[in-house]
Amino acid sequence: MKFVENVKPDVTTDIVYMMCPMHLLKLEEQMKELDPGQILEIMTDYDGAFEDIPAWCSKTGNEFLGVQESPDFFKFYIKKGTR
Amino acid sequence: MKKYYFDHVATNPLHPDVLESMMPYFREEFGNPLSVYEYGMKAKNAIEAAREQVAALVNAKPAEIIYTSSGAEANNFALRGIGLARQNEGKHVLVSRMEHHSILNAARFLEKSGFTVTYLPVDKSGYVDPATVKKMITRETTLISITHASSEVGTIEPIQEIVKVAKEHNITVHTDAVAAAGNIPVDVQDLGVDLLSMAAHQFYGPKGAGALYLKQGTRIVPLIYGGIQESGRRAGTENVPAIVGMGKAAELAKAELQQRMEYLRPLRDKIIDTMTEVERVYLTGDRNTRLPGHASFCVEYIEGEAMLLLLAAKGIFSASGSACSSKALKASPVLLSMGIPSGLAQGSIVFSLGMGNTPGDVDYLTTEFPAVIKRLREISPYAQGWGDKEEGGSCTVKK
Repeated sequence: MKFVENVKPDVTTDIVYMMCPMHLLKLEEQMKELDPGQILEIMTDYDGAFEDIPAWCSKTGNEFLGVQESPDFFKFYIKKGTR
Repeated sequence: MKKYYFDHVATNPLHPDVLESMMPYFREEFGNPLSVYEYGMKAKNAIEAAREQVAALVNAKPAEIIYTSSGAEANNFALRGIGLARQNEGKHVLVSRMEHHSILNAARFLEKSGFTVTYLPVDKSGYVDPATVKKMITRETTLISITHASSEVGTIEPIQEIVKVAKEHNITVHTDAVAAAGNIPVDVQDLGVDLLSMAAHQFYGPKGAGALYLKQGTRIVPLIYGGIQESGRRAGTENVPAIVGMGKAAELAKAELQQRMEYLRPLRDKIIDTMTEVERVYLTGDRNTRLPGHASFCVEYIEGEAMLLLLAAKGIFSASGSACSSKALKASPVLLSMGIPSGLAQGSIVFSLGMGNTPGDVDYLTTEFPAVIKRLREISPYAQGWGDKEEGGSCTVKK
């Protein structure tokens, strides 16, 4: 897993405590709103996202930048692809 | 025998238009809102339309409404969900002593889970003093939950002032508006609360439908785990007919609110004015800042249960204390918290009016109830020689 720090997102979505698979539904919904090259930050406490979000990115042509750990949750960073 | 229903805080009959709105969703529109085909889409559209209606009732955004099965679930969800979501910041919660059992027992769950809960006192009218709230706040406090209006004594609490105090300390505020929403103006923006509970059957909607207002950006730990209903915050296939009914009931309540309040207030006042003329009958709760259809009393030397039975024999249906206290045959904790002695609190009775009550119904009640009191006092051992007893000394709420 790639861990990152100080990524500057264009949009942040807080889905902490929302149940699986909200991390994928919100991800898809939010990415539609972004322009190519923009970065989405998803805050979630769901550890299944470690597997799901990178997999979703590779399947959909978006770039998974990495994850940052906070005491209570994780911040996932995704850059919107061009396709 | 004609029946006179004066227990609208227990529940209300369905408004006919509400029932009509629900019927298709019991029959042909039976779909699961999560299904992607036509049946599902229709059900989904119906619950989303209802979400707009419910949101409008309390001036919230539709996305801030989470459906629940009841007001009690909304209360449990709020207390447990916020307590747990903020537990790393602190584990201290404030609730008033006059909260509904769904708040008090949820608070006890938090206590068992390592939280500290402070039970705020109320004054003789049932008010929570914002200054007391301020005093009780600690660095650990993350949540305050105070009822919007008491279903037992009718008093409407100073929520805005409590919110003002709480916000100085970054504390989340929840209000149990189950008795208030749909019966008095409730505006989450004006109140400034972060969470608010409501129940459809308190405003002529169906039972089995409640909602929690959750201010956008507020994190909450789910109470029921499962699927992605309610944005992954409250699992379970939605009770579509009940939700549709709740939406319709909310729409009607919003449109008719002033008219309903203006109809109920004079009826309530007639009961209060007439009954407080009877010797040693005391109004509980505040005289003016109270729910429009709510008249509650303590009757000295008589047990509430005895009054309920004799009134029921005359076709008059009312309540003593809260519904739960009534069944448990014990003095209401709400009345005790207001400083009413337990003996007098046993003589509590609540008449709550609804749009089905007529001035004639109230005339009947105000004629029959004093007779019931007289009859019971004649046979009450406590009432013997009561004329010699010191005036009052028992109830803090005088007529």
